[in-house]
This record gives sequence, C-alpha cells and structure tokens, in this order.
Amino acid sequence: MTAPDPAFEADCIRRILAGEGHLFHALIRPCERSIFFLLLSLLGDESEAEDVAQETAIKVYLNLKNFRGEAKFRTWVLSIARNEGLGRLRKTGARREDSLDAGTDDQTGDYTPAILTSWREVPFEALERQELGALLRQAIERLPAIYRNVVLLRDIEEMDVRETAAALGITEGAVKVRLHRARTLLQRELAPKLEGFAPRSKGLFAWFKSMRVEP
Amino acid sequence: MRIDCKHVWQHISAYIDAEVDAELRAEIDRHLETCEICSAILDSTRNVVVLIADDRVFELPAGFSDRLHTRLETELQLTGSG
Ligand SMILES: [Zn+2]
Repeated sequence: MTAPDPAFEADCIRRILAGEGHLFHALIRPCERSIFFLLLSLLGDESEAEDVAQETAIKVYLNLKNFRGEAKFRTWVLSIARNEGLGRLRKTGARREDSLDAGTDDQTGDYTPAILTSWREVPFEALERQELGALLRQAIERLPAIYRNVVLLRDIEEMDVRETAAALGITEGAVKVRLHRARTLLQRELAPKLEGFAPRSKGLFAWFKSMRVEP
Repeated sequence: MRIDCKHVWQHISAYIDAEVDAELRAEIDRHLETCEICSAILDSTRNVVVLIADDRVFELPAGFSDRLHTRLETELQLTGSG
C-alpha cells in the first residue's frame, strides 16, 4: 500500500480546483486499493465493486471542492465509497443479510480461539501457493460483514483505529471489539489448516521481517 | 492476581496491537511463560494477522487501475478540465 502524503494531497487538490484536472489521477491512485476492497467487502461481487469504485472516484472528483481537510483525504474518500456502496445495495435490493450498518455488537456467538498446543512459524514461503491465498480469502469472505469490513481496513489495508472508525462511521471502541472478534474467528478457522502449510525449516522469520521493510 | 486463559484470550487482539497497559501486559507475559496453549493461540493469531496483510493475498483484479483511469479521463474531458 502506498502511504498517502498529506502535503502532496493538499497541493494536488489546490491545483486541481484551479483547473489542473489531470492531477486527479495521481491524487486518487494511492486510495484505489482501499476503495476497491472496502466495496468488495460490502457488495461481495468483484464486478459490482469495480463499477462502484469508478463511480466513487468520479464522485470524489466532482465533490473535491467540498473536502475540508479536517479528515484525512483517504478517510473522506472511503466514506464516499461506503455511501456509494450502501446506495448500490439499496438500489439492487440485494442487501446482504448482514450488511454494514446492520447488527449491533451483541454478545451472542462464540469467540473462543482454536486451542493448539504448538504452532510453527509463519508459512510465508507457502504464500506463493495459490491454495493458501484462497484459504485466507475464503476465511475472510465467510466473516460477517461488520467484522469483515474492520479486518479489511485494519489488517489488510493497515489503517489505524481512528481512520477505520471514521471511514466506517462507527466508534473506535466498536472497531476494537469487532477486530478482536474477527481475528479470533480467523484464528479459529485458519490456525488448524495453516499448520499443514508450516515449513519444516527454521529461519524464515528473519527473511520475512527484512521483506516487510518499506523501501 | 493471577489471570486465567480466558482472560488472556479476551485481550489477544489488543495485546498484538500493543494497546494493553503495562500492568496487564506484564500479567499476560507472566501467563504466557508457563501456558503453552495461550502461547500457541497468541502466535497463531499474530501469524494470521501477518499473513492476511500480505499484498499477494488480496490483489486488485487485472486491469482494474487502467479501466478506472480510462473512465476518469473521460469524465475529466467532459467537465472540461482534463
Ligand atoms: Zn493460558
């Protein structure tokens, strides 16, 4: 994920509003991934999510003069994406039964982790194997939408609690509760399966850490 | 006060995000030293979090960005500031 740069964004916005519309391409590019995955999480369909992502980008462009700079630009963009996504759900009537604004953080449901007595290192080299990627995506798709959205923004797009709360229109407390449940559900679903992918050799973690360092 | 396994599980997500206070962190660390089950749960949860954050797990559909910017370009031309 490209980290957004507030100074670059502010400069871009000023110049776009002054007539340099072509700069909008560069402004929206760092937000594209987050827009798409938020919408995919909401709509559950890649082509729908792509279509609404395009409409979101156009809406952002047409409403750029309304951006006040109080929130982060990406947060503002994602709240527009969320509204567009909810609008699409209403229009198609194909509302997912567990959509974003439905469901309170009730206490029902079992959030007990999978009990393991041992755990090997992260099966990082196995990531190239399509089956592992598919396993991870499936587990996330199966989460209730209110948890899926939070895990998507926090753990996949790596936003902080505050930005996630603002983008989803929920409290920071709700972000933490939902994230905790989402991670527990994922651990329960994935940990027993991931053990089968665990490499036999040691020392992957050092390699893994060096890889995560941003250039 | 000694904390039990269930107590540790309630705080795993906050622990991973370094959002527990120093006192609770010390309690959890003490528990982890002697509890293999909680250690394995913590490690596996943390590893799941690390794995799903990898960019190779969630990729944009092929051509997504090109199609988006082509449509944007059309819109920019329409509004006369492209
Ligand atoms: Zn324990």
